[in-house]
Amino acid sequence: MNGNFDVIVVGGGHAGCEAAAAAARLGAATALLTHKRATIGEMSCNPAIGGLGKGHLVREIDALDGVMGRVADAAGIQFRLLNRSKGPAVRGPRAQADRKLYREAMQAALAAQPDLEIVEGAATALIIENGAVSGIKISDGRELRAKAVVLTTGTFLNGLIHIGEKQIPAGRVGEAPALGLSGQLAAAGLQLGRLKTGTPARLDGKTINWSILEEQKGDDPPVPFSFLTTRITTPQIACFITSTTARTHEIIAANIGRSPLYSGQISGTGPRYCPSIEDKIHRFKDKTSHQIFLEPEGLDDDTVYPNGISTSLPEDVQEAFIHSMPGLEQVRIIRPGYAIEYDYVDPRELGHDLQVKKLPGLYLAGQINGTTGYEEAGAQGLLAGINAARSAGGSGPALFDRADGYLGVMVDDLVMRGVSEPYRMFTSRAEYRLALRADNADQRLTPKGIALGVVGPARAKAFAARMEAIAAARNVARESLMTSSALAKLGVRVNQDGRSRNAMELIAMPDVGLERVEQLWPALAALPSFAKEALEADALYSGYMDRQEAEIAALRKDEGIAIPTGLDYFAIPSLSMELRQKLSRAQPGTLAQAARVEGMTPAGLACLLGHIKKPRAKQVA
Amino acid sequence: MTAALPTTIFALSSGQGRAGVAVLRVSGPQAGKVVEILAAPIPKPRKAALRKIRHPNGEIIDEGLVLWFPAPGSATGEDLAEFHVHGAPAVVRLLIEVLSAQEGLRLAEPGEFSRRAFANGKLDLVEVEGLADLLNAQGEAQRRLAMRQFLGEASAVYERWRGDVITALGLHEAAIDFSDEDDVAAKALEAARPVIGGLVAELRNALEKSSQNAAIRSGLRLVIAGPPNAGKSSLLNALAGREAAIVSPIAGTTRDVVEAQIMFEGLPLTLADTAGLREGSGDVIEQMGMARAQSEARDADILIWVSAPDAAEKVGPPRKPDLLVENKADLDSIRSRNDSALLVSTKTGFGLNRLREVLKNLIHVKLAGAEDAIVVRQRHVLAVEESIRLLNKCLGESGRAAELVAEDLRGAARALGSITGHVDVEDLLGKIFSEFCIGK
Repeated sequence: MNGNFDVIVVGGGHAGCEAAAAAARLGAATALLTHKRATIGEMSCNPAIGGLGKGHLVREIDALDGVMGRVADAAGIQFRLLNRSKGPAVRGPRAQADRKLYREAMQAALAAQPDLEIVEGAATALIIENGAVSGIKISDGRELRAKAVVLTTGTFLNGLIHIGEKQIPAGRVGEAPALGLSGQLAAAGLQLGRLKTGTPARLDGKTINWSILEEQKGDDPPVPFSFLTTRITTPQIACFITSTTARTHEIIAANIGRSPLYSGQISGTGPRYCPSIEDKIHRFKDKTSHQIFLEPEGLDDDTVYPNGISTSLPEDVQEAFIHSMPGLEQVRIIRPGYAIEYDYVDPRELGHDLQVKKLPGLYLAGQINGTTGYEEAGAQGLLAGINAARSAGGSGPALFDRADGYLGVMVDDLVMRGVSEPYRMFTSRAEYRLALRADNADQRLTPKGIALGVVGPARAKAFAARMEAIAAARNVARESLMTSSALAKLGVRVNQDGRSRNAMELIAMPDVGLERVEQLWPALAALPSFAKEALEADALYSGYMDRQEAEIAALRKDEGIAIPTGLDYFAIPSLSMELRQKLSRAQPGTLAQAARVEGMTPAGLACLLGHIKKPRAKQVA
Repeated sequence: MTAALPTTIFALSSGQGRAGVAVLRVSGPQAGKVVEILAAPIPKPRKAALRKIRHPNGEIIDEGLVLWFPAPGSATGEDLAEFHVHGAPAVVRLLIEVLSAQEGLRLAEPGEFSRRAFANGKLDLVEVEGLADLLNAQGEAQRRLAMRQFLGEASAVYERWRGDVITALGLHEAAIDFSDEDDVAAKALEAARPVIGGLVAELRNALEKSSQNAAIRSGLRLVIAGPPNAGKSSLLNALAGREAAIVSPIAGTTRDVVEAQIMFEGLPLTLADTAGLREGSGDVIEQMGMARAQSEARDADILIWVSAPDAAEKVGPPRKPDLLVENKADLDSIRSRNDSALLVSTKTGFGLNRLREVLKNLIHVKLAGAEDAIVVRQRHVLAVEESIRLLNKCLGESGRAAELVAEDLRGAARALGSITGHVDVEDLLGKIFSEFCIGK
């Protein structure tokens, strides 16, 4: 190690791994700095990847040749496509992962990545020279230099674990927090805040009475995450479902005052969509039972993750309420659940490239930006890694807008609106939801990834082959014709107007659909499943896509109009005072971003546009 | 992806009120097609041609001048057509309806013409800013006008519509984003249907009322409010030039809202006299009168606050008045309490000419800009009609994909948002997390 890099990534979690891999794929000499090599790719909370909105993000990471999708395919032990009965735009791939296999696959992927070096050590301080970040100091006294630094500290930034009345400074159970960095960020003028998240106890599967519990099997065959994975080969397991009882609710209600959430001991804001069990019971008093999913953490690991009982109650209360649930009467608790508070940086301190505006050369990704979730972290890591490498190489930023993908939606939400709770992706956040599908993530992003140089030749080749297959499938579908009378004979209800229908029209009919159409034309049934999915989306969304594409075109036009940084909104007389203040705070980078500022009017945009296009000389005068 | 063309927009761009001629402008790639449909053949560029303007069903709407400005030599830099028709509200309304019904055409947002003009280098900054000033000044007056045109002053109704949209859309989004939560799965979509059904019924009702109200309520509404016995009714009579309201020296004579329609500066103006505002009346009828007075004052296009030296002012105006008038200037004890108040005496006629002058200026400020009440009303009618269409689509055909139903609901929320205020994803998430126990 010579101590000089293009890019240093601090943190070996999901953001850090993607950031380091992406920077190295772009050819930047990259270091990944982590406390312990062995915990790279650790799943600190739920051993699962994907879901609704989140699965979209994994596909987008994969489309840009990121690692998460392939690693999850190697480690997945139960795959389920959520919303299978709904249309392709809102289907979300999800998988339970074997935590050890996930770690191993991630570590192997990074080891195989050229230009990437793993460095063990704890970051103690940023090296800041002339107002820009140029490296990292490590606890052993070494200094690593780089042209760009990516911080992905997760919950480690002033991390504080709460278990009942007990408080332990830590980034994860048994791992020291990062203490110096937040002070340095605050000193540089960055707005910091505090958030909270939680995790449930872990249970010993050998002591669970599985026989009385309802089983939940995965999909057969499993649907992989990566566009490059053809088949899942890891053995698949089942999950089981238990539920809280009246006794559980009694125990928790009686002890709620001992939860640091209710005693006032925790100041950080927790996520509304991932409440602790004490929150759920307190807030929804008329609900007498909650489902709890028992998810095995691995094939050769007896640890079980009880999904749905995240808690920070004291250990004795956890013991008591867990034992009150069917199947868990005799269970041994391996380690208690806890809540963790940590510092985050107000993401409005960042540009759309995830670079800190006040500290050039510094990029932030993951929970440090106020998000939650491996997928949100991974996607940001990828973007930060790409931009850190580009900036190290002297190139301008690579940006993704709200029509490019969920990645663009997330980043725009973060940097323009900030967060009030840990930010999680939902499909409802995407205004172009029908266009931003998990199945077409590659069509949306891989060409851009190829142009940026972040997509390798293997994927580029596979992508081209996929596109050919989809084009061929479209031809087959258009040429698959049947007259109305022939359809009627086969039991398909259509208007008897003598007109022939093609397969696309029939797929779009709610009471026909893809499956029935496959029965009518064996040639369609024989198509690869991704091609069928593309046909289904084309058929179902045809009328809506035209409008969405027109909206996207208008958005792109306004995204193309840059607003100079530091524009004085108070010098635009025709904007209302309220808008001047809002725009000043938001500092939009483009006209499209300005349009998304709350309360913005078309008239206001016209003024703003006028002001931007005003000749420089006049502005000085 | 094919490059999408910009939409074609249209607007009434002549001045306000019952002008002799109304000018409708159509800008965008479809403008030429519109001329062919309504008034073929397309005239020579930049030359006025007298044409019969026809409904697509063949009926003649009006005879007027048609002008054709092909891009880029037009005010917006796009293909642009102008229809100069008779200024009768019925003609304008029909023409707007016909244009709205054309595929790819929609009513322009305020400022949209100037935005396009500017983007194509057709306006300079000073012009754009001047225009924006007018549009901003106008926005509030228009909003109030439009609200009244639908449902009287009941702004609570708009809040309820917005709430219904948030509930219905929130439930659909929940069914998509939290389908794996046992609390949500089956319940959400079923729970949304009655909400949508109720909303459609309300919107229909509003449309009906709106068409009844439109005829009488096309002008600005000027509300006179103030403490009892300040001479508000006398002021109304003075402005109306007739005894429209009962006047007596007894405080609290006016208990309900008294209206008078007048033509003022060529504009239809509704004068409304309201019950005097005071504290601690035990009279139920007077209290109701005062409540109406408060809401009239809040929703007024122009609020005149009248005080008098011998009228005790215990309750202030519910919003900032546009004009302060101090009546009874003839009384010896006159000492203006407010330098900015205009001194008048309805008894002697002192100051009334000055008041008319000031009012004239106020009305000009309020109505400045390109649009008139018909268009504002029409914009809202279109928004409500579009919402009804999309909501009915949501209720119709069963078995449609959930995300498509949600897409239609999003469209309805967008359309209604122009009246009730924009609905944000955080509104939806807030609703979802308060209704459902989310989080495994």
